[in-house]
Amino acid sequence: MSTTTATAKTTPTPREITTTPRFSDKVFRAVVTAGGLTSLVILALIAFFLVFNGFETFRREGLNFLTGFDWKDALPEEGIAASYGVGAMLYGTLVLGLIALVFGVPIAVGTALFLSYYAPEWLKKPMVVVIDVMAAIPSVVFGLWGYFILMPHAEYWAKLIHKYLGFIPIFNMPANAFSRSPFIAGLVLAIMIIPIVTSISREVFAQTPLDRIQAAYALGATKWAMIKAVVFPYGRGGVVGGAMLGLGRALGETVAVYTVLNLVYDIRIEVLLSAGGSVASMIVNKFGEADAPELRALMAAGFVLFVVTLIVNFIANAIITKTERKG
Amino acid sequence: MSSDTLIAKPSRPWKPTPRTLLPDFIGAFITAFGTMAIVAATPLKGKLGFVIVLILMAIATASIISAITKDTKAAINSTTTVLVYVAASFVIVPLASILWEIFTKGATGVSLNIFQNDMSATASDAPLTEGGLLHAIIGTVYLILFASLLSTPIGVLAALYIVEVKGRFAGLVRFFVQAMSGIPSIVAGLFIYAVWMIGLGNSYNAAAGAASLAILMIPTVARTSEEVLKLIPNDLREAGLAMGATQWRTVAMIVIPAAKSGLITAIILGIARVAGETAPLLLTIGGADATNLNPFSGNNSALPYYVWKNLGLGSEVAVQRAWLGVFILIVVVFIFFTLARVLGAAKGEKR
Repeated sequence: MSTTTATAKTTPTPREITTTPRFSDKVFRAVVTAGGLTSLVILALIAFFLVFNGFETFRREGLNFLTGFDWKDALPEEGIAASYGVGAMLYGTLVLGLIALVFGVPIAVGTALFLSYYAPEWLKKPMVVVIDVMAAIPSVVFGLWGYFILMPHAEYWAKLIHKYLGFIPIFNMPANAFSRSPFIAGLVLAIMIIPIVTSISREVFAQTPLDRIQAAYALGATKWAMIKAVVFPYGRGGVVGGAMLGLGRALGETVAVYTVLNLVYDIRIEVLLSAGGSVASMIVNKFGEADAPELRALMAAGFVLFVVTLIVNFIANAIITKTERKG
Repeated sequence: MSSDTLIAKPSRPWKPTPRTLLPDFIGAFITAFGTMAIVAATPLKGKLGFVIVLILMAIATASIISAITKDTKAAINSTTTVLVYVAASFVIVPLASILWEIFTKGATGVSLNIFQNDMSATASDAPLTEGGLLHAIIGTVYLILFASLLSTPIGVLAALYIVEVKGRFAGLVRFFVQAMSGIPSIVAGLFIYAVWMIGLGNSYNAAAGAASLAILMIPTVARTSEEVLKLIPNDLREAGLAMGATQWRTVAMIVIPAAKSGLITAIILGIARVAGETAPLLLTIGGADATNLNPFSGNNSALPYYVWKNLGLGSEVAVQRAWLGVFILIVVVFIFFTLARVLGAAKGEKR
């Protein structure tokens, strides 16, 4: 009896096989998770602080903040209450974004096609470097260049457009002021969004299945027929997503637009006229001499800009991810 | 004996022969001379007229020649080919113009002086030989340093979370990091202003500017690090785990050393992204003309801010200073940019 207990004691018990992480791993995972979630926390904090500081403006102005055209400080001695509305600026921002897309996207998609299917082998690498360099140029440089170098040329182009297409309402000119117009600012923005639209389009074009491309060629398609039949149907989502990412950049661009554009608190459909709007530029413009209520209004404007760009980016990323998975 | 041996000569049937190239040469010839003739004969003058006529002529000749030698489908193909080449050249023209103007207008002002002096004792309309941008360079160094210190841990941890831990929120974090890269820079500045100045009652300083830049830098660092970590072969991780290492030891002693150069590239790319940011600095560093060595107190300057300020002053000398500032700024950005590419290329070769 005593022997059996002795053998039971000496029999080695099998080590417990477990996937329970060790203590060090628990700490590691906790730290990494905390770090990973920091970006979410920062986004939430940005939204919270902008809303918190701009809350009074939202409460006072209500929906008028989004639709109103006025941006007036209070004048207590004359009995005028402050009135803040970003309607005109929001409209101006969208106009700038659209102009940037109209000029930027065709060039960017053409360049992406060039890099993917047309460029000779020796030219591909330098061209990719050119696009990367363009993406690395700071916005203040674009502002300086746009103001001093591009503007004289662009004014001349604007005059030509007005002369020959002036019967279209958007090219009409109520006054002879062609400089610092949304058209010129939109051109600068178009150049600024070309790199991102090009690189996203190129990534998506690269996902096009090779067998379909070769099948199209084998059926006797020309290069363009192949692109139309194979590349575009596969890559359409990516191009749209890339264009929307570019739109997001254009909507949030501050310094370059501020340098080039003449800010006017009015909604005008004439894009060649020296009067436009941009929420981001307005914030910089008004920030310097803002008193407390106006600062709150600027925070509210920043929140509106934040939400608009976030929505545009969400949609763009969702489209791109979906397209890339399909390809 | 040797005469019987047949030596196969490599032939390249796909290589264009002079005969097949003939239409192309004729087309180029017609395009060039036709354009010159039209520009000379009609009121379409100047660079713009020339470019427009050139593009139209190129399209016309290419499609007509294709239509004659082949068919309409080939003509459409030629037209689109010309358009694609035009689009690609439209990308190069503004970039070349920007770099050329920066070099011709900015490089002339470079002297040893500008690295030794600040603007505290110099009037804004004094000639370029007086004063300098030492204060701006020091400010930018502080901004880059502190922004990197703040954003690197967060960015790399986010990437580790997505790739190594693969936690429950990995997809969510990835999505939000992508969304974060689209935050307008001015919003980052407003946020820091709301927290740092309004919330905590501090005044302008370089650290606040660095915090706003860090927000813009995190997504770049996180996304590039993620790509780099994904390139590390899984065998390495499995080898580590098979040796009985915990996940923490595997990541710290195998994955991160293997990805080191890539992670450094990620940080440098982030720096190149934020070194030229202006908008958030307008709200956070306050601007200064004197050198401020204390990053935690007092107004500071930065290269983009210096450009911005001189652009605002608007006088002829100030604009020259702005171009000079842009030149130095571009040099700084390109140094980081080239560093990132060289490191990235070296890493690619090793694999």
